[in-house]
Amino acid sequence: MEATIEVTGLRKRFGPTVALDGMTFTVTPGKVTGFVGPNGAGKSTTMRAILGLDSVDAGHALVGGRPYRTLRHPLRQVGSLLDAGALQPARTGRNHLLWLAHSQGLGARRVDEVVGQVGLASAIRRRAGSYSLGMRQRLGIAAALLGDPPVLVLDEPVNGMDPEGIRWMRGFLRSLAAEGRAVLVSSHLMSELQDTADHVVIVGRGKVIADVSVADLIESASGDRITLLTTARTQAMTVLAHAGATVAVTGADTLTVSGLSGERVVAVLGENAVPFSEVSAHRASLEEAYMELTRDAVEFHAAVAEEAAR
Amino acid sequence: MTMTTYRSEAPPARDGFGQLLRAEWTKFRTVRGWVIGLVAAALVIVLIGLFGAAASNFSCAGPEGRSCAASTPPVGPDGEPVNDRFYLAHQSLSGDGSITARLTSLTTVSSSDNQKTEPEPWTKAGIIIKESTTPGSAYAALAVTGGHGVRMQHNYTGDIAGTVSTKPSWLRLTRSGDTITGHESTDGTDWHLVGTVSLPGLPSTVRAGLFAASPHHEVITESFVSTSATSYPTLATAEFDRIDLQGTWPDTGWTGDSIGDRAGGGPGGGAEPPVGFDETGDGVTVSGAGNIAPIVAGRGGLGKTIESSLVGAFAGLIAVIVVAATFMTSEYRRGLIRTSLAASPRRGRVLAAKAVVIGAVTFVTGLAAAVIAVPLVGAVERDKGHFMFPVPTATEVRVVVGTAALLAVAAVFSLAVGTVLRRSAGAVTVVIVAIVLPYILAIASVLPSGPSDWLLRVTPAAAFAVQQSVPEYAQVTASYAPADGYFPLTPLAGFAVLCGYTALALGVATFVLRRRDA
Ligand SMILES: Nc1ncnc2c1ncn2[C@@H]1O[C@H](COP(=O)(O)OP(=O)(O)OP(=O)(O)O)[C@@H](O)[C@H]1O
Ligand SMILES: [Mg+2]
Repeated sequence: MEATIEVTGLRKRFGPTVALDGMTFTVTPGKVTGFVGPNGAGKSTTMRAILGLDSVDAGHALVGGRPYRTLRHPLRQVGSLLDAGALQPARTGRNHLLWLAHSQGLGARRVDEVVGQVGLASAIRRRAGSYSLGMRQRLGIAAALLGDPPVLVLDEPVNGMDPEGIRWMRGFLRSLAAEGRAVLVSSHLMSELQDTADHVVIVGRGKVIADVSVADLIESASGDRITLLTTARTQAMTVLAHAGATVAVTGADTLTVSGLSGERVVAVLGENAVPFSEVSAHRASLEEAYMELTRDAVEFHAAVAEEAAR
Repeated sequence: MTMTTYRSEAPPARDGFGQLLRAEWTKFRTVRGWVIGLVAAALVIVLIGLFGAAASNFSCAGPEGRSCAASTPPVGPDGEPVNDRFYLAHQSLSGDGSITARLTSLTTVSSSDNQKTEPEPWTKAGIIIKESTTPGSAYAALAVTGGHGVRMQHNYTGDIAGTVSTKPSWLRLTRSGDTITGHESTDGTDWHLVGTVSLPGLPSTVRAGLFAASPHHEVITESFVSTSATSYPTLATAEFDRIDLQGTWPDTGWTGDSIGDRAGGGPGGGAEPPVGFDETGDGVTVSGAGNIAPIVAGRGGLGKTIESSLVGAFAGLIAVIVVAATFMTSEYRRGLIRTSLAASPRRGRVLAAKAVVIGAVTFVTGLAAAVIAVPLVGAVERDKGHFMFPVPTATEVRVVVGTAALLAVAAVFSLAVGTVLRRSAGAVTVVIVAIVLPYILAIASVLPSGPSDWLLRVTPAAAFAVQQSVPEYAQVTASYAPADGYFPLTPLAGFAVLCGYTALALGVATFVLRRRDA
C-alpha cells in the first residue's frame, strides 16, 4: 500500500455549522505532517472523515488510494488516535489492546511489543479508568501502532502531556516518520509542532490556508528583515530611518530592520559611528509565521462575511 | 531525497468474521461487571425458584378436620395425575363381548340448594369398560354429555366426538382383545361408528357397566387485580333402559360403587349429593358426581409444573437486559464506538458479532440456570408434598432450552435497542416495558385473562409460551388463563413473536449504525 493520505474537496455541515469547506491536502510518507489550526477549524472532523467514521457531503478521502471503509484490516494500514479517553474504564489497558489485536487477527505477543514501545509496561495491567491523561495518550499511541501501519493519524497526541512526555512524543513521531511512515499530527498550537513537523497543513474554518514545508514557511515569514543588537538604540533608529529603512523595537537592545540589506545597515551605522554588537538575518519562529498566516485568514474571512451580509 | 514507503513485517492475516467474534468476546469477558451480571442472572433464576418452592404452603382441611395435604391424586395409565371419581353400576365381563344401553334422560341438581340446574357442559353419563374399580385404571367410555353431545373417551386424555345430540341416545361398546369400539344410534337399529381405541394390556376380565359423573360448577369472577371463584358440586342422574349384554357376564346383577370416593365422603365436606343406583323394570337409574378427566394445572391446584421451577426467569431476564444494553451503550458513552468502527469499518458485521457474542453467553448462562433450577426446585416442591405434572422428556427439554433461548434472544433485542438509543437507561427501560412488564401483568393476576391473553400475543413477552409444559384439555372446563400457566400462543409461535421483534430491532439498529456518524 502507498503510504499516503489524499484529502480532496471535503465538505461537511453540522446543521448550520460549516465544519469542512473544501478541505484539500495530501500527506506523504517519510514525514511528520502537522495539521494546525485554531479550535473548531475542522481538524478532528477531517480525521474522522479520513477514518470513515463521519460521512461527508462532498469530496473524498483516500488512504493509500482507497477509501478507508474498504480496507480489510484497517489497523494494519492506518493507525489512529482520535480521543485518548475513549476507553472502557473497567477494562485494563492490556485487555483494551488485546481486543483490538484480536479484531485484526493479531495476538497477545504484538500487544506486549507495542506496550514496550510506548513505555507503559508497568501500568498495563491496571484498569484504564485509573490512568492519567498522559498514560492514556501512550495507550492510544500503542493502539495506533498495533497493526504496524505505514500511515498514522493522531489527533492532538501531546494534549495533556508533561514536558518530558512531549519530548518523548516528538522523538517517537520523528522516528516513526524516519521509518518511512506517513504521520499526520494535529494540534491547535503551532509551537507544539516545532522540532517535530517537517511539513504543515494550516487550516482555518474548514479549509486549508497554507500547505508548506516548515523550512519554506519560516523563510517566507522571516522576509528580508535584519536583527540588530545595539546599546545606542535611539541613535541607530534615527540614522537607519534617514537611510530609508523601517525600524521596529523588538527588545531592550534589539531592533528589527526592513527595507535595507545587511551590508547597507553595516555601512550606514559605520558612517555615523553608531556602536553595535551584531547584525544578523532575522529568523521567524514557527509560531510567528503561523500567527501571520492566520491573521491574514481571519481578515480574509471577515471581508467575505461582510460581502455576504450585503 | 526519495523516501521508501514503510512496509510492515507483520504476516498477512485472513479477514474473517471469526476475528470480529473473538474481539467482541474479549471485550465482553474483560469487563468484570458484565460477567458478574450474567452470573447474577443465573443465580437469581435458581434462587427465586427455590424461594418460591420453600415459601409455598398449602393447607386443606378435609371432613372432620382430617388434612388432605400430601394426598396425591391417582395417576392414569400414561402417568398423568387424573380425576377418577364417578358412580358406577357394574358387572364383570370375561373375554370379548359388548354392552348396549339407551340413555333416556340426563338431569343435574346443584348440591348447594338441591335444585335442578342445567347440566354442566362436561356432565357425562353412559357406558364404560374399565380395567378395575381402582381409580386411575384404564378405561373406555361412551357417554352423553351435558353440552358436547355423544363422546367416546378413554384413558382420561382421549376424547372423540360423536354425532348424536338428541335423547334418547343409544350407546354400544364392544370389546375385542385390547380394542374397544364405540357405536351410537338414535333408534337402536341404525348404528354409527364413533371411534375405536386401544387399551394395551387390558386384562381378560374387566368391569363394565353404567356410570354418571358431573364436575363441580365453577364461576370465576375476574376484575382488575383480583380474581374470585365460587364452586359447588353437582349431581347427575341418568336413566337407562334396553340394556343388552353380549358375551360372558358371570355376575347375576349390578353392583354399585362410588369410584374414587375417599371413605366418609369426598373433599369439600358437608352436603355431598346422594349418589347411587336404582333398578326399575328393565331400566337402571344412576346418580353420580365427580369427573373422569386429567387434572389441569392452575392457580389453586396442588400440582406443580416444571415451569414453576423457572418463575425466576423474569428476574434473570432483567439482569440480562441490563448487561446486553450496556454491552452496546458503553461504547457510545465514551466514544469507544469510534475505535471499534475504525478497527472494523463494516458496521453491520460489528453489530452481528456483538449480537452473536451476547446471545451465546446469555444462552449458556440461561441453560445452566434452568438445568440447575428444574431438578432442584422440583425436589423441594415434592418434599413439600406437591405432586409434579409429569411431562415427556421432549417437553422438558423444550422448556429448559426454550427458557435459555428466550433469554438469549431478549439479550439480542436489548443490544439492538441499545444501538438505536445509545443510552443505557433508555434502552433498559424500553426493553423491560416491552418484555418483562407485560409478562408480570399477565402472569400475576393483575389483569383479567382477556387483556392478559392479548398482551401475551402481541408483545415480545409472548415468548414465555416456551415454558408451558402442560396442554389444555378441551374435555375439561378450567380457567386456562396466563395466571394458570396457559399461554394464548403455542411455544413456537410465542417464541417467533419475540424473534420478530428482535429481527425488526436489529434491522433498525443496522440501518442507523450504518447511516449515523460515529
Ligand atoms: N458532532 C458534531 N455536531 C455538531 N457540530 C460539530 C460536531 N463535530 C464538530 N462540529 C463543529 O464542526 C466544527 C469543526 O470542529 P472540529 O472538532 O473538527 O474542530 P477542531 O479543528 O478539531 O477543533 P479543536 O482544535 O478544538 O479540536 C466546529 O464548529 C464544531 O463545533
Ligand atoms: Mg479537535
